[in-house]
Amino acid sequence: MAIEILMPALSPTMEEGTLAKWNVKEGDTVAAGDVIAEIETDKATMEFEAVDEGTMGKILVEEGTEGVKVNTPIAMLLEEGESADDIGDTSAKDDKGKADKAEAEAETGPVDEPVAANPGAEMPAPKKVSDPEIPEGTAMKSTTLREALRDAMAEEMRADDTVFLMGEEVAEYQGAYKVSQGLLDEFGPRRVIDTPITEHGFTGLATGAAMGGLRPIVEFMTFNFAMQAIDHIINTAAKTRYMSGGQMSVPVVFRGANGAAARVAAQHSQDYAAWYAQIPGLHVAMPYSAADAKGLLKTAIRGDTPVVFLENELLYGQTFEVPDLDDYTIPFGKARIWREGDDVTIVSFGIGMKYALEAAEKLAEDGISAEVVDLRTLRPMDTETVIESVKKTNRCVTVEEGWPVCSIGNHISSVLMQQAFDYLDAPVINLTGKDVPMPYAANLEKLALVTTQEVIDAVHTVTYR
Amino acid sequence: MAAAKKQAKSNTSKEDLLAYYREMLLIRRFEEKAGQLYGMGLIGGFCHLYIGQEAVVVGLEAAAEEGDKRITSYRDHGHMLASGMDPKGVMAELTGREGGYSKGKGGSMHMFSTEKHFYGGHGIVGAQVPIGAGLAFSDKYRENDRVTFTYFGDGAANQGQVYETFNMAALWKLPMVFVIENNQYAMGTSSKRSTSTPDLYTRGEAFGIPGEAVDGMDVQAVKAAGEKAVAHCRDGKGPYILEMKTYRYRGHSMSDPAKYRTREEVQKVRDTRDPIENVRELLLQGKHASEDELKEIDKEIKGVVNAAADFARESPEPSLDELWTDIYA
Repeated sequence: MAIEILMPALSPTMEEGTLAKWNVKEGDTVAAGDVIAEIETDKATMEFEAVDEGTMGKILVEEGTEGVKVNTPIAMLLEEGESADDIGDTSAKDDKGKADKAEAEAETGPVDEPVAANPGAEMPAPKKVSDPEIPEGTAMKSTTLREALRDAMAEEMRADDTVFLMGEEVAEYQGAYKVSQGLLDEFGPRRVIDTPITEHGFTGLATGAAMGGLRPIVEFMTFNFAMQAIDHIINTAAKTRYMSGGQMSVPVVFRGANGAAARVAAQHSQDYAAWYAQIPGLHVAMPYSAADAKGLLKTAIRGDTPVVFLENELLYGQTFEVPDLDDYTIPFGKARIWREGDDVTIVSFGIGMKYALEAAEKLAEDGISAEVVDLRTLRPMDTETVIESVKKTNRCVTVEEGWPVCSIGNHISSVLMQQAFDYLDAPVINLTGKDVPMPYAANLEKLALVTTQEVIDAVHTVTYR
Repeated sequence: MAAAKKQAKSNTSKEDLLAYYREMLLIRRFEEKAGQLYGMGLIGGFCHLYIGQEAVVVGLEAAAEEGDKRITSYRDHGHMLASGMDPKGVMAELTGREGGYSKGKGGSMHMFSTEKHFYGGHGIVGAQVPIGAGLAFSDKYRENDRVTFTYFGDGAANQGQVYETFNMAALWKLPMVFVIENNQYAMGTSSKRSTSTPDLYTRGEAFGIPGEAVDGMDVQAVKAAGEKAVAHCRDGKGPYILEMKTYRYRGHSMSDPAKYRTREEVQKVRDTRDPIENVRELLLQGKHASEDELKEIDKEIKGVVNAAADFARESPEPSLDELWTDIYA
């Protein structure tokens, strides 16, 4: 029985990739461990090894094919005594792929951190974007969130020599998640600096460099690791302006992936939105779209306030429309209304917006018109836009990935209670991640996270329909 | 390397000796006054006095040049005065008044002066060490030849971030002097009880950072060591460690009864190693100054400190609006 070779998943979040090159042809003999192909994710090209020995019977996916889904059979390997004629139709066997996935091992390079995110699924464009800062007739450019962040840094680095980037793997490796791709080539090692694995130390160092008049951007591979450094973010960066009576500025940006990726379990899957949003002296951004990420990051780098900039690994590869402007900035403290509606206000930010928008789309099919507000920044937080929306819809559901106790949604509920109590026709529902450490098992992880269906159900509850 | 021996005779000029005397005395009288004001309830919270350690900052400031930076922990009054900050502004910050360096919002442990290149005043033990590396990084980035003095104590020397900083500072050849002020007690814990090896100046060896122990009670020895360290940094050779063997006469903070050591131990240091008495003797023996002239200086310093205390009492409390200012740029 010929063995199916399946498209491998080369990172926890990879869903598809490009079969860049076959190193073997039909009829070649392969041994276990031979590099038989090169697979390209949106961030890296990885070598793909054979797990079994045999003869390459049939190549099912030609080299150069893009968008090959994980677990798609890409070739058939013949065992001893088999011939190519033994290979039947393979197209209907996809189901079995999952169990076989472990057979396809790949060289993952020097780090065991996730190195790829799912590429290019087109995200919905905002139906009604309230963005007066974009001039009429501006051309839009399809850009991934990853590229938008890189472009924002590159533009600000071109404009100001005091801006530099430091972090683990940001330079020669081109970024653990490839956000800093190309920056070393353009700006050199003086301004794109690989650090040792020493979060506490380099966060303090960057904070000191900001006090010394530079504008550091610190990339945390993920914000989970920033917990080793949180003393400097809060006790030093956030408080120094106040403690110095306004004498000292600390213009530093702390950015990186935040929240759950996929299957990386408890210590690597945590949303810090509510943690940092509590700290006076910090600005906190958690953008959803590439346009907002770019505009907000540029504002963050230019400002004199320390900023915690929370990104999301699952969104890095998503494509959005970004205004093609020389200098596109977005002020902090201004929410974006992604779609207007009359029946309910759904408030979210970051990856929560994905569920909010999907739910709004489905609810529209049922005749429920949801207004979707993206907070974009959590400190300052544009509660005014939320209040105005709720005055119209009289109902509100908040959506976030973080834990339920003292969540961003709890804060919004409190604001609405105090400032829009008479307009509420139903209790506000706060949808959050479940109150548990993130489990590893796929089914439990899914259960721990907030879902589109939960948003839909909550809207039905608050609208009594 | 052993602690540098105290010089019996001094090659230091009369002017320099008089300047050290004056500066150390200012710190001591200022701190004594702060202690009094604390007792009167005019200063609150934590207040860590520098009495006994004066030679460290005064000697190192003598080795510094204009534009060099300094950063330290919460035992910071001496560093501020030695860097040239106004005693009135420092004392008024201790009393939490509008005229303080931080408008009364920082207090004893959190003061800064961009003008004097003094970057705090940090309340978290050891946190100033990587911040100091960042200051040095900013100078290296700008390719000037400034040096950052990063002060921390024997207690902070056991914090992990100090070693993270040693690694980066050596790796990137940052122009900084790590000044370990070893006053032998991390609050109530003697270095014997907290530190596996007594010689803190060797702690950089694993990172290739040279270090030396210095008699931190001898201002001339401190200055000489400081000059050597600073020259190393300005030559682009990276960081340098100076372990200052010093002693604090008072408790860790005002609320510390210091039961972990004997009165005799403190008295012995006062009698035999006092940094101000040492310089006083040099001045008198070398016939650089008479008793009367030194009394005149004492009187003058007392006047400066009294004026600072008066200012700190008379300066109004910050206006209530100040609660909400200086949080964001």
